[in-house]
Amino acid sequence: MEVWVSIIISVCAASTPLLLAATGELVVERSGVLNLGVEGMMIIGAVTGFSVAQVTGNPYLGALAAVAAGAFFSLLFAFLTLTLVANQVATGLALTILGLGLSGMIGEGFVGQPGIKMQALEIPLLSDIPVFGKLLFGQDLIFYLSIALVFGVSWFLFRTRAGLMLRSVGDSHTSAHALGINVIRIRYLAVLFGGACSGLAGAYLSLVYVPQWVEGMTAGRGWIALALVVFASWRPARLLVGAYLFGAVTIAQFHAQATGIAIPAQFLTSLPYIATIVVLVLIARNRRATIINTPASLGKPFVPDH
Amino acid sequence: MKPAAKSNIDQNSVPLLEARGITKVFGDLRANDGVDLVIREGEIHALLGENGAGKSTLVKILFGSLQPTEGTVLWNGTPVTLRSPSEARALGIGMVFQHFSLFEALTVTENIALSFDSDVPQRHIEQQAGDLSIQYGLPLDPSAIVGDLSVGQRQRVEIIRCLMQDPKLIILDEPTSVLTPQEADTLFETLLRLRDEGRSILYISHRLNEVKQLCSRATIMRHGKVVDACDPREETASTLATKMVGASIANLVVQPPKDRGDIVLSIRNLSMDAANPFAVALRDISLDVHAGEIIGIAGIAGNGQGEFFAAVSGEDMQEDAESVVLEGVPIGHEGISQRRKRAAAFIPEERLGHGAVPQMVLTDNMFLARHASDADEFQKSQPLRVIARNVVNAATKRVVEVMDVRKSAENPPAAALSGGNLQKFIVGRELDRTPKLLVVNQPTWGVDAGAAAHIRQALIDLAANGSAVLMISQDLDEIFEASTSIAVMADGRLSPPVLVGETSREDVGLLMAGGQSDAA
Repeated sequence: MEVWVSIIISVCAASTPLLLAATGELVVERSGVLNLGVEGMMIIGAVTGFSVAQVTGNPYLGALAAVAAGAFFSLLFAFLTLTLVANQVATGLALTILGLGLSGMIGEGFVGQPGIKMQALEIPLLSDIPVFGKLLFGQDLIFYLSIALVFGVSWFLFRTRAGLMLRSVGDSHTSAHALGINVIRIRYLAVLFGGACSGLAGAYLSLVYVPQWVEGMTAGRGWIALALVVFASWRPARLLVGAYLFGAVTIAQFHAQATGIAIPAQFLTSLPYIATIVVLVLIARNRRATIINTPASLGKPFVPDH
Repeated sequence: MKPAAKSNIDQNSVPLLEARGITKVFGDLRANDGVDLVIREGEIHALLGENGAGKSTLVKILFGSLQPTEGTVLWNGTPVTLRSPSEARALGIGMVFQHFSLFEALTVTENIALSFDSDVPQRHIEQQAGDLSIQYGLPLDPSAIVGDLSVGQRQRVEIIRCLMQDPKLIILDEPTSVLTPQEADTLFETLLRLRDEGRSILYISHRLNEVKQLCSRATIMRHGKVVDACDPREETASTLATKMVGASIANLVVQPPKDRGDIVLSIRNLSMDAANPFAVALRDISLDVHAGEIIGIAGIAGNGQGEFFAAVSGEDMQEDAESVVLEGVPIGHEGISQRRKRAAAFIPEERLGHGAVPQMVLTDNMFLARHASDADEFQKSQPLRVIARNVVNAATKRVVEVMDVRKSAENPPAAALSGGNLQKFIVGRELDRTPKLLVVNQPTWGVDAGAAAHIRQALIDLAANGSAVLMISQDLDEIFEASTSIAVMADGRLSPPVLVGETSREDVGLLMAGGQSDAA
């Protein structure tokens, strides 16, 4: 039993950064913007979170700083693509490359330092309940936040007026503009939210998952988060399923290696990526659902006439 | 229907809306140049003009989507600044857009909710929309996804959305361009009812008969300026047309119908599945087109015309080669280039991006369209098959002269031409080959009246010289003017063609609404 609890907790830890980054990107894409810079914003969040925690000694301050850094970094993307109407794909890729390089430079002095781990919350009494106590009431704050965020985003998108406006901008920015909805402002806010989420996802890696700084430590998780948004066909609840599925595959691969199952390690490491491709192909088969859910103006630049 | 006349409008009262000296400059273009407009309470006011006359710019200014460079707007005699559509809505101005401003992935209720500035509960909206739809006889399903609705239903959503705001002035931009004649009549009844409630309507159109039927005032625009304001009931369609165009339009010379020639194109039991949720499946279409014939295919947008064009042109190939037969040769399995090589020509609906590459110059566009059919002429016979520029240039020049294409430079990019001139070029490019079969989709959509007349005449002359023409159009006037026979496409099915003299607009309208039985 104890083994399973620890396995499930490690699945949660592997899934949380994916879920956070993907939730942020889902909101961005629902507003019609394609930000391929998730990986870059995550790594900036990771290095900022780690270094601020080292300097202040407080991992929570580190996480807050990571949120701010991710948002600030995404502001660069927003300015280039929304104000200057640069190509979103190229700008997003540039953001990733810039993030990876910049984080390596910032984090140079921190390489090899033991990090400060954000401790799990031990809610008195509740976390002492056997089996479920540790699972439900004994995890770290960001884990709870990531779950709350999915439901919060789902409620926001489908139950509030602001969410409806955001979806309308993603569906047809010209129609939204004709109704007097401020397309650019909504997209700016969505991109900033996405950046903040990616920043937090990065901080989770460097403060909880492996509390240390390693260059390029996001290791492609930003790309998986992007694929997850498509996997979830832009619906937050499915994102939860997808993120945990990938988290589970990641952990299964560790355990398979540890128990010495005779499968090449390279194959196991590539499992999440293979799973991504398989799922994307399967999803493409149901065209109606994909077309209804896909934000129709995704990636298209918007220039209002003056 | 009640007569449009209702002349108890006091011409001396303060007008509901007045625009004074509206000027809007885009770069070098004066889209509006000192435009004056007066709309009184309880009148249906027509705004007439050709495409590009500046009507859309003017109404965008009145609805707050655009800011004028100069000029003022007065509402009940008080100058107002309309910085956004929500400010216009707050005053009591509502708008029904030409290219609908609806969100396809959202429900009807969500679409309506978006036009409110405050957060109104959706069940409240649902109830109010339901009441309005009963009151004005516009049936609607509030939970339907707009992407699944027909064009006529979408217009109802737009109108209900507009009425939810209880507007004093309703602006309708080309509302009938997407409707069947019957649907248009229903719309007119709704409009007259709104007028009788004391609301004003600004009705934008270039369909003169509608305007004469419905409106008591008309403002006519040309090249961004107001050229006349009159009472359309006291004018004839031809005097209005002359004011709109600035010159009288040449009447079409229709050749007396000759005996039909041999069958050129034969379509047999053509069926195709829908490629995506918003496409239309083609169902069991059969049709013969003879030499010397122009078969006009009428229908409301989105009933399978685009899919039909793609199937006939070979953009979508068929598994059954026999489903499309050109001069006795089955070509259903062949692609567009092979079909073109067999002396067929195709003109798609979309000029920019489909009929022409916008950023490429005319000679390049000439070569690209005819690279297969005219490969022997357009490419040199040496092993490298280099493009024979002089031949391509000569062909381009020929088309420009024959079709009277007006352009600003010797060889401008396609996008630099006006819609009418580019369409003349694209049509001329195919006519220059004297094809045995010409299939054309929306030959004069969004083209000014002069160019439209030129293009229709060219199609008529082509048929008179022994070619077969298949013309898909949403413009009933065009269908009746240029065709020898008319078939109607509704929901992916095609009615049998009927000689133009043996049918009426009413009959065609019924077929457009899907009134044909499966046995037909």
